[in-house]
Amino acid sequence: MAITLDRAIGQRQQSWVTSVLSSQTFWVLIAVILACLFLSVATDTFATPKNLYNITRNFTFVAIIALGMTLVIITGGIDLSVGSVLCLCSMVLAVVMHAGYSIEVGIAASVGTALVIGGFNGVMIAYLGFPPFVITLGMLSIARSLAMVASNNTVVFQFGPDHDTLLAIGGGAWFFGIANPVLYMIVLALLTGFVLRWTKFGRYVFAIGGNEHAATLTGVPVRRIKVTVYMISALSAGVAGIIQTGWLGAVTTNIGAGMELQVIAAAVIGGANLAGGVGTASGALIGAALIEVIRNSLGLLGINAFWQGTFIGGATVLAVLFDRIRSFRQSE
Amino acid sequence: MAVLELANVSKHFGAIQAVNDVSLSLQAGEVVGLMGDNGAGKSTLVKMIAGNYRPSHGTMRMNGAELVMHRPIEARQHGIEIVYQDLALCDNLTAAANVFLGRELRRGLGPMRILDYKSMYRRAGEIFKELKSETRPRDLVKQMSGGQRQAVAIARTMLSEAKIVLMDEPTAAISVRQVAEVLNLIRHLRDRGIAVVLISHRMPDVFDVADRVIVMRRGRKVADKAIAASSPEEVTGLITGAIEQV
Repeated sequence: MAITLDRAIGQRQQSWVTSVLSSQTFWVLIAVILACLFLSVATDTFATPKNLYNITRNFTFVAIIALGMTLVIITGGIDLSVGSVLCLCSMVLAVVMHAGYSIEVGIAASVGTALVIGGFNGVMIAYLGFPPFVITLGMLSIARSLAMVASNNTVVFQFGPDHDTLLAIGGGAWFFGIANPVLYMIVLALLTGFVLRWTKFGRYVFAIGGNEHAATLTGVPVRRIKVTVYMISALSAGVAGIIQTGWLGAVTTNIGAGMELQVIAAAVIGGANLAGGVGTASGALIGAALIEVIRNSLGLLGINAFWQGTFIGGATVLAVLFDRIRSFRQSE
Repeated sequence: MAVLELANVSKHFGAIQAVNDVSLSLQAGEVVGLMGDNGAGKSTLVKMIAGNYRPSHGTMRMNGAELVMHRPIEARQHGIEIVYQDLALCDNLTAAANVFLGRELRRGLGPMRILDYKSMYRRAGEIFKELKSETRPRDLVKQMSGGQRQAVAIARTMLSEAKIVLMDEPTAAISVRQVAEVLNLIRHLRDRGIAVVLISHRMPDVFDVADRVIVMRRGRKVADKAIAASSPEEVTGLITGAIEQV
């Protein structure tokens, strides 16, 4: 009896291989790789250094925000304000630097703005019980309007004394010719992955998404964690905004418009579950990559750009469909 | 000395007297069945012991020292553990993660301390073994049977040196075979010298496992006697009010 009990308790439910095979992220990654292979063969333009450089750089902004969004989604929430927060943070950076302040001051102001907005969202949700959808929908409108107020709805393209530094941060390629935004994305993804797997904070994020009431009863500081998660989400939008400003070399009040939907699509394609409790950092990147590869390939294959939305929407539905099929099988 | 002593404890919410002048004591290694109809005040009573509510009147003493709690989490620090009716489990986490929820083991130094998966899996495995439950620490709770879920919730109470375990309807929603499993888990806690308070509507369970039964009706304690000296008929009478008091 003791031996069988020992063996039963010591047994692993599934091996490493089966758990990889059953993850949505893995299959989306396969889809991305297959799409890339197909495009390399079908077109001469896809596998060129220039195009690859463009793709990697283009998807980083969505991917960086998707990392923050993934944390929010794991807790069972949603943040619709990220596109507008990106715009506002870019604009704060631009306006402050344009006024002659150094880049350090500009970045501090921008990051501070992000943290205040995220903190506001989080407090309203965690302490006052607002539905995340409502409060971040309000913030979507507020943040973009504030960006217009801050800039008087003009385009800012001169960033004062540190103009060149800012452009180098966003547009340069300091390491083996890899675009800087890609490097930031990789570092942030590793950091997010580490936090989710190895820290108490990460464990609590999952616990809140799994059963918020249980987390409260067992002494998890649910409210504090929720506020932090929305601050991280806004911060990721702010950081993406700062990098994007350096890359574009100009800020308008319509950057990041509609981006929240792309970001959420990326997180969901990568395996995050909008019901909460499930999601990974690598999934956020892979989901963002799939979206960008689809977009890029449509252009290269000469398909009318109006079809983009159909393909990206289809990919979102398809990715979740696989997950649904799997859970139907499990329940039977 | 009694582990826990309540002296003339009352609790009212506005004009509603939920618990009225209740005194009782719990001994180490004793299972007490707490019975009563809905609204009889048993869950309010237990919530005071669990630190959710503060008594309006009366005192609680633990090992002779006065017990005042402001938040549920303080109960745990005093060695009072609660198994909630819904078990308070996160389906998306592993059994070990649930056992350690809120008090994760970590290793490393200073701010760079990371979760110690290995120790948590090992310790959780030891507890399941002690509970004689075939529950694997690495399994997701989502895929577990009712009995295994109970084992996970009860394993939580065994992490620290608990003195009192409060169980809210642990056998309400599970199969017959699993009920036997849970009653065994309760005996296990008792054998470790823990005082167990079992809130239940199920007469057979209480008479099977409890040493003593306390019956509440309309906020008052109407009976407190050894199981051996009582009978299901008497307890039913006390719950409904057919028997006034014993």
